[in-house]
Amino acid sequence: MDQVLSNISLLIEFPIVNLKIILDGLMIGSLFALAAYGLALVWGVMNVKNLAQGDFVISGGYVSWWLAQHGMPALLGVPIAFAVMWGVGWVAYKLVIRRVIERDLFTSLLATFGLAIMMAQLLNLMFSSDTRSIDLGFDTLYFADGLIDVPIAKLIGVLMAAGLAAAVIVFMKSSRMGQAIRATAQDARAARVMGIDTEKVYAFTFSLNSGICGAAGAIIVMVWLVQPFYGIAYSIRAFVIVTAAGLGNLPGVIAAGLGIGALEQYGAHIFGISYQQAIAVILLLLVLLFRLIQQRRNRQVLK
Amino acid sequence: MTKLKRKTILYALILAFSFIAPFAFPDFGTQLATLWLMIIVALTWDMTGGQMGYNSLGNIFFYGTGMYVAALIAIGMTYNIGDYTVASGGGIFEFSDLQYFGGMFIGVLGAGLFCSASAVVIGYLTFGLRGPYFAIGTLGVAIAAGELVSNWDWAGGGQGIALPVYPGDLDIGKIFFYFLFAGLGIGVFIFVKWLYGTRFGAAINAIRDDEEKADAMGVHTLRYKLYTWSMAAFFVGMAGGISGFQLIHFEPVESAYQTINLGIFMVVCVLLGGKGTLWGPVIGAILFHLFKEITWNYLLGWQWVALGALIVVTVVYFQDGVMGYLQQRYPELFGIRVERKSTEEAA
Amino acid sequence: MKKLSVLSILVAATTLLFSQASLAACGEIVLGSAISLTGKYSTEGLNSQNGYDFAVEKIRQNGGIKIGGKCYNFKIIYYDDESKGDRGATLAERLISQDKVQYMLGPYSSGMTKAIAPVTEKYQIPMVEAEGASRSLFNKGYKYLFAVLSTSEQYLASAITLAAEMAEKKGKQASSVKVAVAVENDPFSLDVRDGVVEDAKRFNMNIVLDEKLPRDLSDMSAILTKVQLLKPDLLIISGHTKGAVTGVRQIGEKNIKVPMIAMTHCESADVTGKFGATANDILCSTQWAETLSYKDPIFGSAANYDQEFKLAYPAYKDKEVPYQTAQASAAVYVFKDAFERAESLDKEKLRDALAATDLMSFYGPIKFSEAGNNIAKPMVLRQIQDGKYNVVAPSAFASHKLNWPRQ
Repeated sequence: MDQVLSNISLLIEFPIVNLKIILDGLMIGSLFALAAYGLALVWGVMNVKNLAQGDFVISGGYVSWWLAQHGMPALLGVPIAFAVMWGVGWVAYKLVIRRVIERDLFTSLLATFGLAIMMAQLLNLMFSSDTRSIDLGFDTLYFADGLIDVPIAKLIGVLMAAGLAAAVIVFMKSSRMGQAIRATAQDARAARVMGIDTEKVYAFTFSLNSGICGAAGAIIVMVWLVQPFYGIAYSIRAFVIVTAAGLGNLPGVIAAGLGIGALEQYGAHIFGISYQQAIAVILLLLVLLFRLIQQRRNRQVLK
Repeated sequence: MTKLKRKTILYALILAFSFIAPFAFPDFGTQLATLWLMIIVALTWDMTGGQMGYNSLGNIFFYGTGMYVAALIAIGMTYNIGDYTVASGGGIFEFSDLQYFGGMFIGVLGAGLFCSASAVVIGYLTFGLRGPYFAIGTLGVAIAAGELVSNWDWAGGGQGIALPVYPGDLDIGKIFFYFLFAGLGIGVFIFVKWLYGTRFGAAINAIRDDEEKADAMGVHTLRYKLYTWSMAAFFVGMAGGISGFQLIHFEPVESAYQTINLGIFMVVCVLLGGKGTLWGPVIGAILFHLFKEITWNYLLGWQWVALGALIVVTVVYFQDGVMGYLQQRYPELFGIRVERKSTEEAA
Repeated sequence: MKKLSVLSILVAATTLLFSQASLAACGEIVLGSAISLTGKYSTEGLNSQNGYDFAVEKIRQNGGIKIGGKCYNFKIIYYDDESKGDRGATLAERLISQDKVQYMLGPYSSGMTKAIAPVTEKYQIPMVEAEGASRSLFNKGYKYLFAVLSTSEQYLASAITLAAEMAEKKGKQASSVKVAVAVENDPFSLDVRDGVVEDAKRFNMNIVLDEKLPRDLSDMSAILTKVQLLKPDLLIISGHTKGAVTGVRQIGEKNIKVPMIAMTHCESADVTGKFGATANDILCSTQWAETLSYKDPIFGSAANYDQEFKLAYPAYKDKEVPYQTAQASAAVYVFKDAFERAESLDKEKLRDALAATDLMSFYGPIKFSEAGNNIAKPMVLRQIQDGKYNVVAPSAFASHKLNWPRQ
């Protein structure tokens, strides 16, 4: 308790720290938002709740790390991880996901959970359980007496994340495929009637999600680190964000992602970082509870 | 032979085997006890998951909470818990036979009651959630509980709790734990067999089939849901309590609130055996346990890959489980009359 | 890498089979161990396993174990405990009751040892462990547990003494030193913290920050920000390899200026290889260093062990051989010594021989207290100076002067 109070008093004594916490939160939040956007996509379009989301992220990180080990410039790892994970996503779709669409809602949760276990263990077998990271060797910018530090690597990472998000938005809005995806999300049967090959749309959506995750992972390995068993942390965040923002609401997902990043950093500052995971999960429960109460007012349940 | 007679003989055989097993295979005592644990958690998961249509991923919460409640009661009856759990280890704490068995008895019972009460509270908050949200919400409760307990220094925090060792002969100790689990398992089985035959069973099946309609017909759905979950929690909590004493040392995230192990295994067991049937969870638990022990022995390092594959294959290709398959293949066994045409054609 | 090691184990196993056939004169002593091959400790688990295997091979090459004129070789049965305590306990049970193992080697980490020790104790199986340092293992009255390493409260406590010395040198009082502690929430690190806190209290120092790190740590910037605000004189970090990796990386990024930083697991995290100059002047506690002057007839000197191990396991060529490996080898060596003194395969006689161990090894002197921990060997504190690990404390072993304050 004393620790909590003294941590709060630090916030008041050094107001600049608030800015620092928010900045840190926004940076990690932007990557959560990326993974969450992919989840919102597959959830909304094909009703698949992908518990392996975090493991796709981590796999992307390993792709980039492996390439960097073999002499590739680390920044190139982001597009390549996107491409490689696109392929992995396509295979996963053809083998597993295809068969769980429009099945009992619980099925996709469990099936992707099995997938998550397999992926984490395969990564462990291939790369061992060491934590891995890429050191870009860039400088760090310091402000406010060195209290606020913005590593240039982090800045580049966030910009890349933003660029990817923007590209996806434009793609969804203006391309033929994007329109087909949105049509399928609204009403798959109607889309089929209108001549859209929904099977193709599904495969494309899942691969796109996997690619987005891969790119997020490649950014994470440059800025933080990856380890085969860290996937679940990103999956949990993605679920929190999508539950909070709802489906098919891209600005909402981004806002929720950034917000949860910042909230988590605040929580970590006040209660200590050993509560970080607990804070994320409790946020999820609070969001569920809040939406439940909202629905109860309309005498409905949360489906 | 009449059907009733055949059934009686079958049950008698299984019961006899359960009694003989630990003596016939003394080296496998612990694995056999774990098998009963799997049967207990699978049967109780099916009470809500299979019979009532509420797929919880958070039943492991009751297992972990049961473990902690039982251990804390047993320790607290004799010593100061804070002294017992300090990081540097605290020293030697002796337990007399009476303190050990008395603590275990009251602890395990207390664990069951506590979990059953907490199921009512959690259920009240979460039963408005349906489908995947219920699964995610309950999973969240279990994960959060594990994380919070691991920050709770008074209860041992991240280093967990070491309970006293079974006093007396070891081989007898092993058999003692086997029969605790077996007794509880048989009790659960008899209980659910009876329950599913009552009006109560019909009511929860109605909730599974169509909750709105059941509600409209005058079934007080929330009350039924809370009762069912709290009964399941009672048994899981007791099983968790016993597990704590069997493991001797346990810690919060990986042995007590082991969401991604036992928490998911119980669901896979039920799916493997057949959801919403009486024997499905039992058969599933046996198959799963066998699979696990075999891969863990012969596929060192790859066992988790094999397990993940098993989950995917079960869920994607074999969702009706063994019982579902049998029901389709040999419907007469289940008292369903069909035209024999299709099977004849196949032959 | 993993594949390679699996392969090498296979090769080792086949050579073992063949050598067995040719050296029919030698019997076999089976040791059992549940070790982490998967899960969060799999890197460290593999380090320990390699240490065990290397020692078994070395002892074979040196004529095996001689008991009453008959010669024996060790064989180890491994199971994967997945870095999970309950799994470890089950596997120990299996090793003892199904594989009929009579002697055990320890798992990796205090937590795992805590889970397994009650089982071995219950079956009265002597276990020599090399990787469980928490004091909570040695005040339970266990009679069959022996640990070759120093207990964990000693890991970083000497950093407190160093900080006190430095403060006094500058004309300040030792009690003016401010200490910040960030340790992982597991039995080992919590006990490291306890040792530090006890020593800091002795000097009446002020602990300004006392936080725990989560298991799946990837970001500790929240803690480091507080370090920047509170300006401690000594920062203590302990969280196995990921604690060391995350710590060093973010200390560099944030340009943290604390006069003294001390942590555990620098070698197994390979912080010098990963972060280069950033790691300079960080203090690292170690159970063993290849520069120490210990020596024994099987492994030769500490430097010799280092060299031969790198030859046998080329994966370690460009890294420090972690002390976890060395102490694993030392544990096997303790078994050999005890078997020869017991002159029997009886586990009770072996236990008594183990309890009476008084051995000089390449890893250092080994002598067990009543409780089973090694009381003969001191911990050393090394400082990373220009990418090299140099011993700076305690003064009896120091080969270099301490760089202070850290830049």
